[in-house]
Amino acid sequence: MKPSPDSQATIDMAPVTVSADATPASVPEAPQAKAQVENLSFFYGEAKALQSINLPVYSHRVTALIGPSGCGKSTFLRCFNRIHDLYPGNRYEGAIRLLPEGVDILSDALEPIDVRMRVGMVFQKPSPFPTTIFENVAYGPRLRGLRPNAAIADKVEQALRSAALWDEVKDRLHSLASNLSGGQQQRLCIARALAADPELLLFDEPTSALDPIATASIEELITTLRETVTILIVTHNMQQAARCSDYTAFMYLGELVEFGATEQIFLKPGKRQTEDYITGRFG
Amino acid sequence: MNSGDHLSRQYDQELEDLRTRILTMGGLVEQQLSTAIEAYERPDLALADRAIDTDRKVNEEEIELDRVVVNLIVRRQPTARDLRLIIGVARIVTELERTGDEATKIARAARWLSDRNRNVRAPRLRDIHLSALAASRMLRGALDAFAHLDGTAAAAIIAEDRDVDQQFHAILRQLITFMMEDPRTITPSLDAVWVAKAIERIGDHAKNIAQHVIFVAHGEDVRHATPEQLARALSSQEGPTG
Repeated sequence: MKPSPDSQATIDMAPVTVSADATPASVPEAPQAKAQVENLSFFYGEAKALQSINLPVYSHRVTALIGPSGCGKSTFLRCFNRIHDLYPGNRYEGAIRLLPEGVDILSDALEPIDVRMRVGMVFQKPSPFPTTIFENVAYGPRLRGLRPNAAIADKVEQALRSAALWDEVKDRLHSLASNLSGGQQQRLCIARALAADPELLLFDEPTSALDPIATASIEELITTLRETVTILIVTHNMQQAARCSDYTAFMYLGELVEFGATEQIFLKPGKRQTEDYITGRFG
Repeated sequence: MNSGDHLSRQYDQELEDLRTRILTMGGLVEQQLSTAIEAYERPDLALADRAIDTDRKVNEEEIELDRVVVNLIVRRQPTARDLRLIIGVARIVTELERTGDEATKIARAARWLSDRNRNVRAPRLRDIHLSALAASRMLRGALDAFAHLDGTAAAAIIAEDRDVDQQFHAILRQLITFMMEDPRTITPSLDAVWVAKAIERIGDHAKNIAQHVIFVAHGEDVRHATPEQLARALSSQEGPTG
């Protein structure tokens, strides 16, 4: 999906630079970045929760954010779709540029709703709307003015197929979404996000409320989805980060401590803090 | 945060037990090797039997350490240096078990020679003795390097393997000459070739252990590495920074 003509007017074409400390050394040829975080700081009122973060988010790759509770990984993730805007007193510094055009999604000139059309999000707890399976997925396309109904139905089917849910719900599309199991509800939320054709999909601990089987199906889905969308996932489960992600960023006390290819981070981390965390030497 | 112990003391204890256990197995193999060499040089039937008997214990220890390794992977899902240690131990166990097999070959040759009913003129080569000493030294050095996770010491062991290989070829030349001069010595000379080959293989296993030590300590896989690549791997930091 492309930004609206209004948002195009706010595109900042400043050259993108990737900070040296955030470029994984172990990858000979890094893929193209879908987003570039530049000196991002975030404030809850006076409290500085993120400290000048620089990070590339590589296109069609899964990047996992790990770190102990309170390290700022969810705060960081939520900057990408401007959820913080919903609360007064929150403030950003720096930029998150969507590439290749370089538009800064934190820019005041860009409407949060436009950002959220391009950057989807799936939350920790499945949060279907209190309506039918079909209407949950059709909501986004309708909001964007998609007509006629046949086109919406196509879109719903496509999104449900992409979320590996179609075969399970195709005969009961007009049943209440709340009748689905936890894992199915989470996949429905993924389908709802996909129906908006996002460029970037954010997952905030998407399996922490699910059983191992449902978790495995979501993880499998994440791996498949990266062919069409760039994914950023916050997880407390380090094995999940190791299983699903191509790149891993370790955060601590609001700072990005280390970023690298997942294999390198889990086999030979460059920073002592990263190693202590992933080996269970501090929590 | 600290960089010493895990939050789980049980995990620390399990890793410590693993380290202790592989070193104990290493000690057993060292002892088996020295017994086998002594049995061959004398020759001595009782010593040869003792070396062969020790191989059974080495094999049992291999199975048991493999079980501990699998258990640790299943229950702890190790990462970073813990993962490298566990993988390193799994590889070293195999090298030690094969070293034990080579020591058994030497012990079997000793057994054959010690049969008093055989009236054979066996070659007594000083180079076999020296080669055995060098291979034993390499094995001890590799195990010491593991105990201290000392990559530099491990690299020195890797370099020593060339000398053991050269000694083997020198022994081979001498034995060929020996057999050509007196065909009656062909059978014991061939046995000496197998012994020399076993010693040369023990040097290879010690070299492999040293390579695994570098993997554990530096996170670099230096198997099949050129000397330049090995030097680069060692120049990478011993551990994470900061």
